[in-house]
Amino acid sequence: MNETLRRLLFLPLQRSTVAYEIDRLHYFVISVTLVGSVLVFLLATIFTIRYRHPPEEPATPNVQAGYHSPAILLEIVILAGLLLLFLTWWVIGSRQFVRLRVAPDDALEVYVTAKQWMWKFAYPNGKRAISTMYVPARRPIKLIMTSRDVIHSFYVPDFRIKQDVVPGRYTTVWFQTTEPGTYQILCAEYCGTAHSAMRGEVIALEPSDYERWLAERPFESGPAGEAYVEPYTPEEGPRPQMINLVNEGQRAAAEHGCLRCHSTDGSAHIGPTWGGLFGSTVPLAGERQTIADEAYITQSMMDPTAKIHRGYLPVMPTFLGRIRPTETAAIVEFIKSLRNVPRQGPEGEDPGPVQGRITP
Amino acid sequence: MHEGPLHPQFEDLERQRDAARLGMWAFLGSEALLFTGLFVLYAAYRTLYPDAFAAAASLNDRALGTINTFILLTSSFTVALSVHEVRLGRARRSALLLLASILLGFVFLGVKLTEYAEHFREGIFPGPSYRYEGLRGFGPRIFFTLYFLMTGLHALHVIAGMGMLAWVMVGAWQHRYSPLYHTPLELGALYWHLVDVIWIFLWPCLYLMHA
Amino acid sequence: MTSGTYEADLVGVPETHAPTDVGLDYLRADRGIRSWLLTTDHKRIGLMFYIVVIFALILGGIFALLLRTELLTPERTVMDAVTYNRMFTLHGVTMIWLFMIPAIPNVFGNFVLPIMLGAKDLAFPRLNLASFYVYLLGCVVTLGAMIWGGADTGWTFYVPYSTTSQSAVVPIVLGIFIFGISSIMTAVNFIVTTHTMRSANLSWFRLPLFVWALYGTSVIMLLATPVLGLSVIVVALDRAFQLGIFDPALGGDPVLFQHLFWFYSHPAVYIMILPAQGVMSEVVCTFSRRQPASYGAIAMSSLGIALVGFGTWGHHMFVAGMSEFDANVFGVLSMFVAIFSAIKVFTWVATMHRGSIHFNTPMLYFFWFLFLFVFGGMTGVAVATESLDVHWHDTYFVVAHFHFIMVGGTLTGFLAAVHYWFPKMFGRLYSERMGLLTSFAVFTGFVLTFFPQFLLGNAGMPRRYYSYPARYQWLNVLSTGGAWLLGGALVLTLGNLLVALFWGKRATANPWGSRGYEWMTPVLPPKTNFASTPFIGRGPYDYDRPEEAAHA
Repeated sequence: MNETLRRLLFLPLQRSTVAYEIDRLHYFVISVTLVGSVLVFLLATIFTIRYRHPPEEPATPNVQAGYHSPAILLEIVILAGLLLLFLTWWVIGSRQFVRLRVAPDDALEVYVTAKQWMWKFAYPNGKRAISTMYVPARRPIKLIMTSRDVIHSFYVPDFRIKQDVVPGRYTTVWFQTTEPGTYQILCAEYCGTAHSAMRGEVIALEPSDYERWLAERPFESGPAGEAYVEPYTPEEGPRPQMINLVNEGQRAAAEHGCLRCHSTDGSAHIGPTWGGLFGSTVPLAGERQTIADEAYITQSMMDPTAKIHRGYLPVMPTFLGRIRPTETAAIVEFIKSLRNVPRQGPEGEDPGPVQGRITP
Repeated sequence: MHEGPLHPQFEDLERQRDAARLGMWAFLGSEALLFTGLFVLYAAYRTLYPDAFAAAASLNDRALGTINTFILLTSSFTVALSVHEVRLGRARRSALLLLASILLGFVFLGVKLTEYAEHFREGIFPGPSYRYEGLRGFGPRIFFTLYFLMTGLHALHVIAGMGMLAWVMVGAWQHRYSPLYHTPLELGALYWHLVDVIWIFLWPCLYLMHA
Repeated sequence: MTSGTYEADLVGVPETHAPTDVGLDYLRADRGIRSWLLTTDHKRIGLMFYIVVIFALILGGIFALLLRTELLTPERTVMDAVTYNRMFTLHGVTMIWLFMIPAIPNVFGNFVLPIMLGAKDLAFPRLNLASFYVYLLGCVVTLGAMIWGGADTGWTFYVPYSTTSQSAVVPIVLGIFIFGISSIMTAVNFIVTTHTMRSANLSWFRLPLFVWALYGTSVIMLLATPVLGLSVIVVALDRAFQLGIFDPALGGDPVLFQHLFWFYSHPAVYIMILPAQGVMSEVVCTFSRRQPASYGAIAMSSLGIALVGFGTWGHHMFVAGMSEFDANVFGVLSMFVAIFSAIKVFTWVATMHRGSIHFNTPMLYFFWFLFLFVFGGMTGVAVATESLDVHWHDTYFVVAHFHFIMVGGTLTGFLAAVHYWFPKMFGRLYSERMGLLTSFAVFTGFVLTFFPQFLLGNAGMPRRYYSYPARYQWLNVLSTGGAWLLGGALVLTLGNLLVALFWGKRATANPWGSRGYEWMTPVLPPKTNFASTPFIGRGPYDYDRPEEAAHA
């Protein structure tokens, strides 16, 4: 039944854990749509035949014998039924939507950078890939995505997932494949001349094959097993080494001078400490606060004065344009790795600036 | 005492007056939505950069902003008086009151220009030219870009309103309006009140909600 | 036509309205090119809009055919990617702002609104003329930008692509701003006219349903257009001066632009569909010779659509990164707005019940409208279902959905109006046989073009794709074939009407036997419509009363 309907409607394969469920709602909605519009059309046709004015007779001035009061009750019942139907779709659809959006906690994270017109992937262990993303099958994968230029959209029809990739902020999407295989990635948000050529592949491997791939030297895996070298462009800096993304984040943080102001051991310094920062609640000016997630940390690098940790001076310069997106991701990953470092402030809070609290 | 021209599409003068008034109200509704777009931008970015917006707002001269508010309110008052006078048949007086409103409009624009000049001297420009050292970052830049957009668009409306008032002022001086017919004057006044009302919303957003 | 009996309509109007008293008809009342270009007669302005709008339709249609031809093969067929991207932008801009938004209100609304109200003209005839020239200026600017090279951003102008694209975005955006001014002028005029120019005794609930539809449309135009105007101007400023309001590299939020854009552009869908619904209400009542099953339901749902339509824009942005909560709110509001359209559909069908149905071209277009609008509307509910939208968003499913509404709804509404009011506007009858034939061809071509696109969307083909994976090819070929059929059918329709314009049989004043007020005027309405404001003593759909009583 499912297979027949899927083929009839030209739907792609169902290769993620959510696809079948979404397709069932799809069948429901589309069959009601088809049946409904055909019914209305048929009813109108029946009325036309039944109440057709005989063509040979002249139109009589007084066509209608009397005024029919509209069947108010019938109309209300039909409309209420229709609304109920629509609301049912909404309830099912919005629940599925939430499920589509909230990744399981144990998801494997992959960083995705979109640019005109390619997809780049970076793994927590520092491994990189272009256009082809290798993932272990049957494991939840969470993509943390950003764009270097314009808005793109990450779309895998076989998974029924899609998420816009927006410059200047991070968006996430997750999926879990049901079996190993190769699945096409399409860019769904118009992004310029070669928009339709911005394609890629998700290759889901058996977990053991994935581990082997992950352990390979980063440059020797490519589509169809060919060895390929990530294109090297001078603006990208030195060739990526075989390093862990956390280590790379530490290197980048040192290179860009972050560690001159931010401690990593939870102690007081010029800026807020990175120890235990990730996931914590950051007090801001006034009574506001925010959660230190990927978005907040990225924003603090790009526009440091936007949301300043209460008690600190707005002295940090912007790093917009100074560090590469992969370095940003690496630094975020590095800060994440410090999430369990105990802080030395009272009640595990941020210890505050090193020269004592300064109120601006 | 004349009742004004009746255009051929109308049945009577009363309907013609109603139509003109309603037309102006509809247009004002549209104008309000135009500014609403800017207020939405302001609100959205204020949520995104609350501290920067509060800090940037304090760079605007509150005294000048408040003075300007009083100037515009007074000009609205004189415009309202002028409508009152023409209804009593004192067209010349009405024209003089309109003149006063126009002059107040000039004063308003003058104050606005001083503020702009002061900002430019400090390096506060809209967009990429922003180079004020005291307050860096995206937030203040966006605040001042919006500040210049909002006050600039408002200033354009002030100028348009002054043009309208000048036109009806000439009419009033030449006794083209009477207690029975003064629709153009009324419409000009309505428009001027809108300009005033928009400023009443700009004033707290740009001057008062500071750090 | 079996219309002899309805000559009575002509003389049924109080005697003072006999044609001899009011002078020549509006086409011959004044002569010379100046009398046209500087006219303030709403009927002549309507005709001038008619001509430009038809040219816009032809231009947009040519773009569409070229685009479809390019999509015959997965890779390059006739043009390169840059040309293709510019062409789909121009297709969208032309069809939406040059054709669909002004088509029914400015042509037919202009022509019949004052007559339906028993007025001599709109409240502000000169503003009406100005609206035409502002529109014309917008056309010149937009077409100029096309010659300049055109923009390649899509009609949605999403930032930051639109602020960085190396194409003539600014002139196109300026053109759209100018169209907005014209829209607002017309909206103000229509609203004021409906409020103040009704003839004595013509209460709100005796207004023809087309007037209600125009009123709802005008309210949306008045309130939504300035927001679009502002957003596109900010995009232009961002481009010209790097203001960075929407530029993420300068701290701006690109998604905010989408919110502002859809705040206009979702209601704009109703700007395009409401007038078509109004036309259909007139057509179905006239040819079923019956009152609408529920006048109040149709009139009020026009207003309901106008108001609730403002709260649903977010359903265009489910995958743009909005929170789950926002998505749920926009999702549920979208379900409610569909109910208002459902009310209309049921009422139309109920109107046919126990009617006396005359089957001819406008009625046939009503049938197509009914099917396409219901199917297109229901797929709209489908794409507003959040989890389904994730798969469909920005695929051909969405393209097919909005073409069902825009082409299947607005274009069939426009064509129904073209045929329905043809005798009143030009005093001649078109060939009914050819009318029915071309109507069938339009429908067949349309379904063949857009039905495969639903399946393409299901299969996952994103929109705005110059090249596509080969597995999508045969559906694309089908769609392209349908597009050529549709184009041919429209050319035939135009031919049929042009023949009728010059050689058609002379029409009578009320060939359809309608009780609509506009049919009370002579064959061709005189310049001022009526000698004096008529006293309208009956409703516009009083088919149940004998003819004499109707005009008593």
